[in-house]
Amino acid sequence: MNKTALYNLHKKFNAKFVSFAGYEMPIQYKDGIIAEHNLTREKSGIFDVSHMGQLFVVGDDKLTDKLQDIFPTDLKNLLVNQSKYSFLMNENAGIHDDLIITKISNGYMIILNAACKEKDFEIIKSKLGEEFKISLSKDLSLIAVQGPDSKNLIEKIIPGVNKLKFMFGGDFKFNSNNIYVTRSGYTGEDGFEISINNNDVVKFVETLISLGSNLIGLGARDTLRLEAGLCLYGNDIDENTSPLEANLKWAISKNRINSNFPGSKQIQRQINEGVTKLRVGIKPEGKIIARESTKIFDENNNQIGKITSGSFGPSVKSPIAMGYVNNTYTKENTKIFLEIRGKKVSASVCKLPFYKKNYHKGDINVGS
Amino acid sequence: MSEVKFSKEHEWVTIKDDVATIGITKHATELLGDIVFAELPEKGTSVTKDGTAGVVESTKAASDVYTPISGEVVDTNQSIVDDPSKINNDPEGDAWFFKLKVKDLNEINSLMSRDEYEKFAKESTN
Repeated sequence: MNKTALYNLHKKFNAKFVSFAGYEMPIQYKDGIIAEHNLTREKSGIFDVSHMGQLFVVGDDKLTDKLQDIFPTDLKNLLVNQSKYSFLMNENAGIHDDLIITKISNGYMIILNAACKEKDFEIIKSKLGEEFKISLSKDLSLIAVQGPDSKNLIEKIIPGVNKLKFMFGGDFKFNSNNIYVTRSGYTGEDGFEISINNNDVVKFVETLISLGSNLIGLGARDTLRLEAGLCLYGNDIDENTSPLEANLKWAISKNRINSNFPGSKQIQRQINEGVTKLRVGIKPEGKIIARESTKIFDENNNQIGKITSGSFGPSVKSPIAMGYVNNTYTKENTKIFLEIRGKKVSASVCKLPFYKKNYHKGDINVGS
Repeated sequence: MSEVKFSKEHEWVTIKDDVATIGITKHATELLGDIVFAELPEKGTSVTKDGTAGVVESTKAASDVYTPISGEVVDTNQSIVDDPSKINNDPEGDAWFFKLKVKDLNEINSLMSRDEYEKFAKESTN
C-alpha cells in the first residue's frame, strides 16, 4: 500500500485510514466528518491529495497542437498559468478521466485522479509519441487549502498568493524552494492547491496548522464536493458517460466542438440529437439517504435511472444526491421515486449545486 | 431496572418489569461516525432476537440495528429520528431506540455484561 509524505502527520492527528486507489489515506480525524466539513466551510481546511497524479509535459506550440488532438479544450488561447477543467475521452466520448490542465512556462501540468493516473499517463504518452518529455511526478505532494480563512493564512507563508484569481496559478517559494500554487479546489470554497516537494510538505502543513488551519479527511472532501455539485470520477462519471450526459458541456471549449479529438464525433452527435440520460441533482424527501446505485423510478414504477453519489449535506442540512435520469425527467422539481431498502421514497430533481460557491473571481491576473 | 446488557452487534438493553429499552452503544457510534438518519421499528410489530429492528446511517454508510431480545415494540424514540445527532451525543442514555414487551426474559442470559462487552469491543476493533 502506498503512503503519502504526510502519512505520519496524519497518524499524529489521529486519522482513521482507508485504502483509496492504492493509497492509505485519512478518511477523517478525531472530530469526524461533519465537524471537518463545517471547519472547511467556515474557516480553513487542509487536504492531502498527494495520491493524485501530477503529470508534466515539456514543449512549445507544437505540443499545444498535439494536446489539442487529445483534449477538447482550447489550449491555444490558454494563458500561461491558466487552468482549465478537461477530460481524457475514448472514441465514444466516454470519460477515461477528468483532469485539470494548467499551462506552465515550459509546457503543461495536468492533475489526474489517483485511480486513473498510471493509465492516463500511458494513454497520453502513446498519443504524444516520443517527441515530448513527459513525466508523472513521484517527488511532489499536492495539498489543497480550502475555505474562507485560507487566503489570509496562506498569504502569511506565501506572500502574493492572495492575488491569484480562480483557475489561475503561479510560481512561488516556500522554505526557499520552488512551489506551484493554483487558486482552485474541489469543495465549492475559495482555496488553493499547492504542488510542493515531498521534503518540504510536512513543514508546510505543520505551519498552516499552527496558523489555525485544520487537517480534513476524504470523508468531508466527499460531502463538500457533493454539495458543490462536483463529479467524483468512478461514481458520477466514467467510461460509460460522456461529458454531455454528465451535464459538463461547459468544459468543452466552444471553438473546439467541431474539431477532431477522441470522442468528438459522438460529442457532435449528442449536441445535434440530444442525450438519452443526463446527470441531475436529486433531493430525497425527509431525512433518508440515497446512496450510489440506488435505483430511480417514475410514478408508474418504470426504472428511469440510478443514483451515482448520495450522502448527507452538512451545510444544507439534508440528504443530497446526484444521478442519471432518462432525458424526459430532467426538469427541476420533477417527482421521482428512489428504491431504498425495498421501499419507494419520494424525491425531486433539483438544480446543482446544492451549496452556492464562494470562488474568488477577482480581477487581478498574476499569471499573464 | 436490570443491569445493562450488551450484544455482539453493539446494542445495549435494560429491563424493567417486562419492558426492555434498547439502544446502540457508544462504541458503535464511534465506529459509525456522525449519525444523520435513524429508522425505527413500528409500534405493535414483533421483533425476534438478532433480527433487524431499524437502520442508522452515518455520513459514511448505512448499518442495520438488531434487537438483542425478542418482543413486541411498545414505544419508539421519535426524538432521535427528528435529530439523529442525539445518538452520537448520548447513545446509552436519552438516545434509546425502542422499547419492547419482552417475550422471554431468559434471552437476556446470552448477552454480555459491561466488562465482557468492553473487552469484546476492544478485541473486535484491533
